[in-house]
Amino acid sequence: MSGAAILSLRGLRVWYGTEGDPVRAVDGVNLELHSGQTLGLVGESGCGKSTLGRSVVGLLPEAAAIAGEVSYEGRDLAGLSPKEMRALRGPDLGLIFQEPMTRLDPLVTIEHHFRETIRTHEPGIDRKEVRRRSLEALAGMGIPPTRFEQYPHEFSGGMRQRIMIALALVLNPKVLVADEPTTALDVIVEAQILGILADLRRNFDTALLLITHNLGIVAEACDRVAVMYAGKIVEEGDARDVFAKPAHPYTRELLRSTISLETTGLHYIPGAPPNLIDPPPACRFHPRCPSAMKVCADIHPVEVAPSPGRRVSCWLHGPEGQIPPGGTAPLERGEIALAEEA
Amino acid sequence: MNRRLDGMRRMLATVRQTKGVPKWMLYAGVGIVGLFVFLAIFAPIVAPYGFDQVTSGGVRFPKQAHPDSTHLFGTTVQSTDVLSRVIWGSRTAIEVVVLSLIFSLIIGVPLGLFSGYIGGKLDRVLVLIMDALFAFPYLLLAIVIAFLLSDKIGQGIVTAAIAITVVYVPQYFRVVRNHVISVREETYVDAARALGAPRRTIIRRYVFANVIQNVPVIATLNAADAILTLAALDFLGYGIQPTQAAEWGYDVSRAIDDAGAGIWWTGVWPGLAIVLLVTGFTLVGEGLNDVLNPIIRYRRIKRPEIPAEETS
Amino acid sequence: MHGQGTSLRTYVLTRLALAVPTVFVLLTLVFLLMRVAPGDPISAALGGHVSQQELAKRRHAAGYDKPILEQYATYMGDAVTGNLGTTLTDHRSIGSILSENGTATLELSVIAFIIALAVGIPVGVLAGRFRDTPIDVGGRLFGIVVYAAPVFFTGFLAQLLFGSALGWLPTSGRVGPITEFTLDKTTHIYLLDTVIAGDWSAFWDVVKHLILPAVTLGLLISGIIIRLVRVNLLQTMKGDYVEAARARGISERRVVMQHAFRNALVPVVTVAGLQFAILLGGAILTEETFNWPGIGGELVRYLNNRDYIAVQGIITVFAIAVVLISVVIDLVNAFIDPRVRYG
Repeated sequence: MSGAAILSLRGLRVWYGTEGDPVRAVDGVNLELHSGQTLGLVGESGCGKSTLGRSVVGLLPEAAAIAGEVSYEGRDLAGLSPKEMRALRGPDLGLIFQEPMTRLDPLVTIEHHFRETIRTHEPGIDRKEVRRRSLEALAGMGIPPTRFEQYPHEFSGGMRQRIMIALALVLNPKVLVADEPTTALDVIVEAQILGILADLRRNFDTALLLITHNLGIVAEACDRVAVMYAGKIVEEGDARDVFAKPAHPYTRELLRSTISLETTGLHYIPGAPPNLIDPPPACRFHPRCPSAMKVCADIHPVEVAPSPGRRVSCWLHGPEGQIPPGGTAPLERGEIALAEEA
Repeated sequence: MNRRLDGMRRMLATVRQTKGVPKWMLYAGVGIVGLFVFLAIFAPIVAPYGFDQVTSGGVRFPKQAHPDSTHLFGTTVQSTDVLSRVIWGSRTAIEVVVLSLIFSLIIGVPLGLFSGYIGGKLDRVLVLIMDALFAFPYLLLAIVIAFLLSDKIGQGIVTAAIAITVVYVPQYFRVVRNHVISVREETYVDAARALGAPRRTIIRRYVFANVIQNVPVIATLNAADAILTLAALDFLGYGIQPTQAAEWGYDVSRAIDDAGAGIWWTGVWPGLAIVLLVTGFTLVGEGLNDVLNPIIRYRRIKRPEIPAEETS
Repeated sequence: MHGQGTSLRTYVLTRLALAVPTVFVLLTLVFLLMRVAPGDPISAALGGHVSQQELAKRRHAAGYDKPILEQYATYMGDAVTGNLGTTLTDHRSIGSILSENGTATLELSVIAFIIALAVGIPVGVLAGRFRDTPIDVGGRLFGIVVYAAPVFFTGFLAQLLFGSALGWLPTSGRVGPITEFTLDKTTHIYLLDTVIAGDWSAFWDVVKHLILPAVTLGLLISGIIIRLVRVNLLQTMKGDYVEAARARGISERRVVMQHAFRNALVPVVTVAGLQFAILLGGAILTEETFNWPGIGGELVRYLNNRDYIAVQGIITVFAIAVVLISVVIDLVNAFIDPRVRYG
């Protein structure tokens, strides 16, 4: 892990416009990514992790507003013109999408995709060099050169995802965001792809942000993990440490909910995912938290570092001095309400 | 009964919520069509003269007279008043369109529904026939049918309507059938089947309500085409007998001779009427399509303002 | 995995083979259509002009007193071998109608189609790319109004402007009388014939006569193409592969033109090709309006004279032409879209 962070998010907020009030998909996130490091970003569906991933690459829809700082190599990306941002996309910042089946233009060959990608950022490059680099990237993904001139529909889903990764890697980005790269694939292919992604930090010194809702993947492939809930990061730390000793109740509940061969009964977190338009006040997890205290519903938790390299946003870890008297008493609330739509 | 209307209600709600370009297209289109429908219904009151009237108060109208205060749009070579013929022409046009619409819907939609849902041999045969009809140059088909029918039931509004129906039924059939095929594989239909609901009920309750949403768009675009086809038929002389009703296409065909002499009013007014009404229908159809078609629907959403961070 | 070449070939052959049953159905339809009329074609055309005996003799000669199935078989056989017979009223062979008038229609339709594409595609792309801006609204409105104006009305306006007032362009006929007499009609496609003969004033004459009808018809069809291209472009621009391309830093212009546009063309080709059927229908009107000596005009004439043999022959030709066109469309599709080749 090298010194300064190559990618740094400070107070990042991304809100989507709707016909009514905006959706606060990302609502105050601080995060750092270092070269050669893989950071897993976990959370339930709809917690804002995908939005976070896209804001790194600057691929947000028209109706999204962004506030806060996204710094790449020390430069704030918000200050860049669209042209400058486009120049960064590919050779510096890469994005791998979730659903590989539809991510390639069906009318052109794989060769065309590679040629276009490389030539966009290196216009002078000659054909032989393009071919050499493309084949090298594909070989790294286990795609033989004989298939270079084939069309996308001739490949299976797993192979298409590998092609997408090769397309992202052929430009050697320093930061790579992988948004649920294996969710649409079967477990065997998933294992292959994870292996490839895991190797990235070793072979290329790439900083990888791996977004997923699957904790198993994180345990396997990530150095560090950040847990996201309702648009905020609730806990972050070394992957093994966090899983061995989760600090935040949400992390704890997530871990207990995962199914393994030893599972005898289904555990689930009561209640429904929070409404991002009107999130719960103070600690956003308090309506569903089994350890909720009175202060949790009144004051937003202060972020603390219970151990070096770890941070968590939960009153259970203090700071004691900021909890008003009586605040540690358990929170009384009625039946945990189910979602409005059954 | 409720379920059937649910689909319509949802559709109307979407229409009401729409903003921007589609809204204006719809308003403009509905306005234009509404105007012509009004003229069609109230023709006897609004039109200054009858559609083949050549005298008034014992005085014969001038021939090919320039537009003036007594004849706002001028007169034709047969001394009929152009304005009146344009207004009466609205009635003809609307009548034929409505009639052919009803026929097409009564024939095309149920055929599509049953063919799509039941499938099998019936479906294959129907598809083959409909595709063959669809492949035929439409005007050719309309002419031939109008011609054949005129021998049997004379040249009138019904003949024209039937000719147009034959041309457009394949479209309704095809769209409805394709939609039914995709809907019938949906889980809620499966569920109904598993619960033992009879075929007819399934079609009526679930499939129909869903599929019916496609129809208004096609119907309006077909109405536009129908007017053009009717005008074409009349222009060529296979449409409506001039003694029975006024028709714009026929008027333009008569006016072509006048063009050489620089007489513009006999052709321009009926021609503009055609352009206007067809444009009206098309605007409604396009507007509806913009609103209802989920693929190209576009709600203009504004980027929100993110307030400065408050330290809680 | 097959190589590209063989699969395209297989596709072509399969497609041509599939055309056969379609032609079959269409021809049957034509046959039925013609028999719906009361009586038989010969009586209809000549009844009242010749004696009953003569009528019976001719009916027998033409085979109209034979059982219907036999007539059907004869008709199908004739159609397939290309023997469509001779017209009743003026004894022209259907073949000659094709080569003289059919080529006129073809020439007009092809030029009109080219104009339609040349206008329709760019306007459609601009409208889709700059959605909901004045460019979009203007383009769409243009497309709508141009389609709403019937050919004969535009023809009427053209007559007014050019016939009486300005007179630069001819509003009637395919060529002037001099050219008509002096031109050596080798292919019957006058544009080609004049070039072959090296007669530039004749070429100019042909072009002048072509402009009004071709532009009128072409603009009309362009209205449909604009709408088509726009809708399909809007759809493809939302595609996943478009977003993925943006994520690799590819410029917006390239993303739209290379990826979104080309994918949008795939459905457009199919429907645009089907527009050719509309073109043939529209050609009838245009031919009447501008006195273009095409096959549509002949159809109208024979229909009025109740010459059902002629009508049957001409419609048969139309039907087969439509099937051929749809085969061509599918082949073009297979060429553009690699997914189609593998069926």
